Amino acid sequence: MRHALFALLLLLTPLTLAAAPRSGHDDAGLSIQAMQDDDTQNPGMLWVAQGEAMWDANAGTGQRCASCHGAITAMRGVAARYPAWDPTQNRPLSLWQRINHCRTDHQGAEALDVESDAMLSLTAALGHQSRGMPVSIATDGPMAEVIETGRRLHQTRQGQLNLSCAQCHDDLAGHHLAGSRIPQGHGNGYPEYRLEWQTLGSLWRRVRNCLTGVRATPYAADSAEMVAIEAYLAARAQGLNVETPAVRP
Amino acid sequence: MVRALLNVPKRARVGEIIEIRLLISHPMESGQRRGPNGQPYPRDIIHSLRAEFDGELVVELDLYPAIAANPFFAFTMQAEHSGTLSLTWIDDHDTVQTEHAQIEVA
Repeated sequence: MRHALFALLLLLTPLTLAAAPRSGHDDAGLSIQAMQDDDTQNPGMLWVAQGEAMWDANAGTGQRCASCHGAITAMRGVAARYPAWDPTQNRPLSLWQRINHCRTDHQGAEALDVESDAMLSLTAALGHQSRGMPVSIATDGPMAEVIETGRRLHQTRQGQLNLSCAQCHDDLAGHHLAGSRIPQGHGNGYPEYRLEWQTLGSLWRRVRNCLTGVRATPYAADSAEMVAIEAYLAARAQGLNVETPAVRP
Repeated sequence: MVRALLNVPKRARVGEIIEIRLLISHPMESGQRRGPNGQPYPRDIIHSLRAEFDGELVVELDLYPAIAANPFFAFTMQAEHSGTLSLTWIDDHDTVQTEHAQIEVA
């Protein structure tokens, strides 16, 4: 009986491990974890502060973000739900695309590049409002198909090295690539501060990094593929908390 | 960009040792990296930083390359009386920036 129980436990252990997503925070070194956990040390907070100032400042025709949305603290939980389906455009939107639609349609301001300091500041400040809340993207309705597309892309081998995202970040997560531990590759801390970049960067920049690494053509920031990957990563990270702005090696 | 985030305790007891934390937004370009044309990016680092409490020197730093972008500084001081802490730093473009914080000591 005891042997049978032990065998059952052995059988169950890998299953429960596979079921619980593990944040890249826990795979980073202790000094990097400390840097993220202390707001006075976390360099991402520079962008958060900038984004919070932009929220209350005039943009374009003089509309502030706060004119419609109120204080930025009212946006708690919003970033945790993105990417989200936009019924007016009949397509899924990433948070930065949603911000750009607000800017062009309601504020009369120009659209911002995903990697511009201004956009990173806004997404960081919005993401920061949801910090500590679980990633909770909609997985039903039209988003189900988007997530499925993302899952397929995640498992498709590509590039001259003929590797899929899943081969490293699902199958080999926890193992090492040279000296670095391979994380599960969750998007719950973006935009995040990478020491490698010496700056804050978007999820798109990180995915582009992986894709050029396997010598594939990176997705354009505005492409349907990129939103689908982001949606799948969010669905895959359900159960983790938003960490924006995260710090990674 | 927001230039810097300065964190100091707003209140302290007389004689208490308090920690001052400063995070500065700066590229800290070392002068060693080369751009696409093979020419090095010109050096642009914060080369000196000075902290004064009501005009009295608390700490003065000379900085050199090989410091990461957006540097973080922390130091301690003893609070004897209320006053204004001012931190001033200068980079290679001779840009002088200052941040102030009021500390109430009682």
